[in-house]
Amino acid sequence: MDAIGGVLCRCTGYRKIISAVIDAGREQILMSSAPAGTAVGNRMVRLDGLAKITGKEIYGADEIPSGALLLRVIRCPFHRAGFQFGDLEKYAKQNAITCVLTAKDVPGENRYGVIPKFADQPVFAESEARFKGEAVAAVAGAQAAVEKLDLTQFPVVWNELPALMTIDQALTPGAPQLHHGREQNVLVRGRVVRGDVDAALRNAEITAELEVETGFVEHACIEPEAGFARRAGDTIEIQACTQSPYMDRSDIARILGIAEASVRIIPTAVGGGFGTKLDLSVQPFLALAAWKLNLPVRMVYSRTESMISTTKRHPARMWAKAGAGRDGKLQALDFRADFNTGAYSSWGPTVSARVPVHASGPYFVPHYRALTRAVHTHLVPAGAFRGFGVPQMAIAQEQLYDELADRVGMDRLEFRILNSLTNDLPTVTGQVLGEGVGIRACFEALRPRWKAARKEAVDFNSSAQHLRRGVGVAGMWYGCGNTSLPNPSTMRVGLKSDGRIALHQGAVDIGQGSATVVTQICADALGCSIDRFDLLSGDTSITPDCGKTSASRQTFVSGKAAYMAGEALRREILRLVKACDCAKISFENGSVEVHEDKKLHRISLADLPIDKHGYVLTAEATFDPPTRALDENGQGMPYAVYGFGAHLAEIEVDTELGTIKVLRITAAHDVGRAINPTLIEGQIEGGVAQGIGMALMEEFFPGKGENLHDYLIPSAGDIPPIESILIEDPSSIGPYGAKGIGEQAVIPTAPAILNALHDAIGIRLRKIPATPDRVRAEILRCGITGASRG
Amino acid sequence: MWFAGVYVYLRPTTLEEALEALYQSRGELLAGGTDFYPSLGERLPAKPIVDITRVRELKGITRKPDLFRIGGGATWTELIKAPLPRCFDALKAAAREIGSVQIQNRGTVAGNLCNASPAADSVPALLALDAAVELASRSTVRRVALQDFILGNRKTARQADEILTAILVPRAVDDALSTFLKLGARRYLVISIAIVAVVLDIESGKIRDARVAVGSCSVRAQRLTDLEQRLRGASLSDIAELAAEQHLKPLSPIDDVRASASYRFDSALTLVRRALAQCAAKC
Repeated sequence: MDAIGGVLCRCTGYRKIISAVIDAGREQILMSSAPAGTAVGNRMVRLDGLAKITGKEIYGADEIPSGALLLRVIRCPFHRAGFQFGDLEKYAKQNAITCVLTAKDVPGENRYGVIPKFADQPVFAESEARFKGEAVAAVAGAQAAVEKLDLTQFPVVWNELPALMTIDQALTPGAPQLHHGREQNVLVRGRVVRGDVDAALRNAEITAELEVETGFVEHACIEPEAGFARRAGDTIEIQACTQSPYMDRSDIARILGIAEASVRIIPTAVGGGFGTKLDLSVQPFLALAAWKLNLPVRMVYSRTESMISTTKRHPARMWAKAGAGRDGKLQALDFRADFNTGAYSSWGPTVSARVPVHASGPYFVPHYRALTRAVHTHLVPAGAFRGFGVPQMAIAQEQLYDELADRVGMDRLEFRILNSLTNDLPTVTGQVLGEGVGIRACFEALRPRWKAARKEAVDFNSSAQHLRRGVGVAGMWYGCGNTSLPNPSTMRVGLKSDGRIALHQGAVDIGQGSATVVTQICADALGCSIDRFDLLSGDTSITPDCGKTSASRQTFVSGKAAYMAGEALRREILRLVKACDCAKISFENGSVEVHEDKKLHRISLADLPIDKHGYVLTAEATFDPPTRALDENGQGMPYAVYGFGAHLAEIEVDTELGTIKVLRITAAHDVGRAINPTLIEGQIEGGVAQGIGMALMEEFFPGKGENLHDYLIPSAGDIPPIESILIEDPSSIGPYGAKGIGEQAVIPTAPAILNALHDAIGIRLRKIPATPDRVRAEILRCGITGASRG
Repeated sequence: MWFAGVYVYLRPTTLEEALEALYQSRGELLAGGTDFYPSLGERLPAKPIVDITRVRELKGITRKPDLFRIGGGATWTELIKAPLPRCFDALKAAAREIGSVQIQNRGTVAGNLCNASPAADSVPALLALDAAVELASRSTVRRVALQDFILGNRKTARQADEILTAILVPRAVDDALSTFLKLGARRYLVISIAIVAVVLDIESGKIRDARVAVGSCSVRAQRLTDLEQRLRGASLSDIAELAAEQHLKPLSPIDDVRASASYRFDSALTLVRRALAQCAAKC
């Protein structure tokens, strides 16, 4: 453990690194190979694994064309400031810089944003910068000249202005307004209402209420944003790390004022995304410079630049009240949340829309009201971060349900089992899922460990002095795909004349392994061994649109498209020889054989004509999950499929120091069908590690600690053993029944730890993360017995 | 610094060359680099660099009749592996908590002192050993008590043309017991919230001499001399109870992103008591 203590990379969960190191010294590593039709459910080695461990993989900062100019960005050092430039030409000349770019150099619209309706972020601020770290200008030139610059000497005069730093300041009547038309700095409101929550809470025999706040959380991708751009005639090419090549393409076209067809996005491998690489970062600067100069231009964000300028998890201020009967049945939940969305819209509207749909948790709640607001401040934009606000929401809702269970006098796990959503009960948006609601099974899977851990904690505490142990549980549900919006994926699969299969898959693998999963699905649908597949990935000039890698949609949506494309190619092959559906296909070099009863058809591929895609046969399929718009009360069908899960946390609190050690996490997830169990465990372990960070140490203070020694993410020594329990309650819509897991994995960890903290010493914090000083202050405030000195 | 397009980077192999290079270039010293490079941020070095990692005279840890000499180039890993008496246990424990194994392999003990961070992990343990430093320039060699060497946050008594050639630990208490405790908000690579080092010289069940030092709770680490006075002559039983709030007077903690001042104060007392109890328990 000490050997990797100095390696920060929390989304791996670290545990798999240790087991991989041990395995590597032991025996020959098994490479992927599975007979046709057995890829799904198989623990296959990732297809990009070898390139990654040999260092051949291409990331954002790699493959830079020789002679590329270096670009650096001049950023506002104040939370809010007006500014005026001095003599930029003179500056460029004196410092031998090729060019200086400002808002004036943007040929198209100086405006972008992930949701076109709300696009409000300029590439370069025009007269006023709205957050510390906002770009106002860029310099490009030869590496030696640009590296040497002390950017604090750039000719710009700042006029610092009073900034709105909190939600309350932004909502104060008369406060300066960040964007025209957004009254009181409210970007959007979200609302889901069902039944009569006021009456139900009035009549409820037992109620509980809770307030809690969370801070900014930094993605801390170990690969900073990086890439290069070059112009090829009338086309601009951008090779960079990204989660959303097609959205990048639209925004770059708008910024340059050219057609989308003239923009080519080449995504590289991604060393951590978690939502922050859905938004543009280096791309517009690189595109502008390369377009203008007709020379290749590169840049790599420094850690500080990445931290001050890219999106964060939204700080949330939440209040909730819930009611239940003496029988323990949940009757009502009233939930309100304000999210600090920072200076620009980014994914603020998505967070505000997603949270009210999910705030019930995976339970049946007949009377429900959830209201949210995203509020602008002069801080770094908050955007997408693994779960779109739902992890924050779960911190409030799951702690509140623990309180309610205690007041009812029920075991906290049994209370959750009693209230679990089922196939037949409606969700808070009135959707009856009818199948695949595996939450009860997840809780029940935790029951044996819950009972044992509770007993162990009681035994430990009976003799312990300043150490107290606690056990907590929390549940989760999370809709896969965009909320009531279309989000299609298209896959193309081609049979080559040599008998190999080309899979054009545009789903960007951001490290989670989607390229492997999607290929496993396609291989089985086609009936061909995965060894015959050649992958063509995520280049907007060669792959159809698979949407963005977010919202836990790639296994479900792109996986389903891959399934349909694989099946379609199989049908094409059968049609060639007029064989029936039940025929078996085997792929050979240069030929395909179709076995039907006792007949054998042999197709010699060299004899077939080549189509416009360059294949002898091509199939393409599009899948868009069926959803229905939400009405004014948020009623409708926001998602076709939900993932479910529950975590159990065992912790030890040092009551004299306020420190918390997580001893063990048991995670049960209903994934519908585990396409690749190893990769799912990887997602769970990484999600748990990020959840531990969110619960115990991760909080970003804009303007302070913009580096990874002040901003703490968990190290290998902070991650306990994690046991994953996979539940497979299939959804007939997903490929082979599969559901998403990416965001689901992070949601229950933090509330489970906070519930364990309450179990251990009876405190609930108003402000998360539960840092040692906050925990100790609360212990002293509450006068916890056995924790004071002497 | 660039001179006619050439960057000045000097790598002497003897102390004499190093002192001359430092004097002539007016440059900055580079040893392990584990503080040097992070402190640059996005800037390139503004001055010539004098890299002293190859200087022969700075290597190693040696035992003399009256003192231990930790060479100015000795790394944390060398310190951990060196055969040293048990009064060094606290310093070795501190070494194991510095950053991570990778940092310990590169970073030097002397560099930790010269960087003079209020949260420097080695300082409380070295203060508790009554350590001094040896500073050499082209013309002089002088010895300064560690207490007087670190002047404040990132401030030391080292002159621009001096190299810290060794850390000197007197052999007054070789067989004393020592303990180190560090509090941080994560397991590895963490800047301390509070650090405590204790050295107890024990004779027939009673404390003959006690040194207690606390780091990360004031601009520079402090010895708790009132507490040390209180401990001298005391018996080992219930030793932790002897430490009280009033003994923390030398501390003046601040609020920062890592913790509040009141928390630092509160946890320092807890750590002092625990360190005393753990140290006494080794007897």
